[in-house]
Amino acid sequence: MELWLVVFAAAFGTYLLRVSFVTLLGRADEVPARVKRVLAFVPPAVLAALVLPELVLYGDGGLSVSLGNDRLLAGLVAAAVAWKTEDMLATVVVGMLALYALSLVP
Amino acid sequence: MTPTDRRDFLAGAWDAVPTLPANVPFGFVAGAAAVQAGFSDLQAVALSAFVFGGASQLAAIDLLDAGAPLAIVVLTAVVVNLRYVMYSAAIAPYFREFGSKARLFASQFLVDTTFAIAVTEYERDESTDELSYYLGESATIYVGYVAGTAAGVVAGDAVPEGLQLDFAVPLLFLALLVPSITDEATSVAAAVGGFVAVAAAGLPMNVGIVVAALAGVAAAALTDVAGVGQ
Repeated sequence: MELWLVVFAAAFGTYLLRVSFVTLLGRADEVPARVKRVLAFVPPAVLAALVLPELVLYGDGGLSVSLGNDRLLAGLVAAAVAWKTEDMLATVVVGMLALYALSLVP
Repeated sequence: MTPTDRRDFLAGAWDAVPTLPANVPFGFVAGAAAVQAGFSDLQAVALSAFVFGGASQLAAIDLLDAGAPLAIVVLTAVVVNLRYVMYSAAIAPYFREFGSKARLFASQFLVDTTFAIAVTEYERDESTDELSYYLGESATIYVGYVAGTAAGVVAGDAVPEGLQLDFAVPLLFLALLVPSITDEATSVAAAVGGFVAVAAAGLPMNVGIVVAALAGVAAAALTDVAGVGQ
């Protein structure tokens, strides 16, 4: 029951975000440039907050920034691929292969 | 639907096919993780079908697993999806011509990939029927994702642990993160968001992602106002 609540509350909240400007702009003319600018900061902030802990806090939950951290190294390789290609699929595939290759290194 | 609308729908559906190799496994991971966290099969699929935001679903599932209060779970999911507000603002001028019902319906499918593919096409060819094309690409992405989730619900246990499929998720975010960093202010948003998330990982009630995201946006806005690097 609690979980249904999570499903519907998260879905409702997310839908409001999606529909926000689509509905507002039915009336107003343009999204103010200043608002657009601040909105552009949301993806890098949120995505980095999701990615970085996954790379440096893996395992026992402690901070691990060393050559022994396979996920951090594979993440750096994937970041380089993302930078060069801006290709989602290539980034994921190369990152996973890097992780597998590193796990073979004793 | 006129024949040209049907053509644009199919063009959209086809243009979204390259997202499937990343998108379907993403759904798979979301489905498998939800079931492991105690969601019923139906709840797990409903989560993908209604929320339709993999990053937020996984963040929410993580927090549920960690025993966070439900309000924090939902708040975190919504904050992770805050980026959809940006897409909403950017795509709104194109949606303006749609009827109001079509606008409300189309909004549900707004995610990183549907947004990026739609805007690319709208800028490339003005004669494309915006609604048909958008619904076409959304159909591919939505069906792929929800079907991936169903597969994860059914077969999540069968994937060997050694495959470390869960790592595909941060990689996917990384693929979205890198192009979102375009200048000084967006770099600050990413750096602050990332480091605060790491530093805040032990905060009570798991408010880490919420705090980190808001800190990143605030820091970037300040940088921007100060005109650093301009």
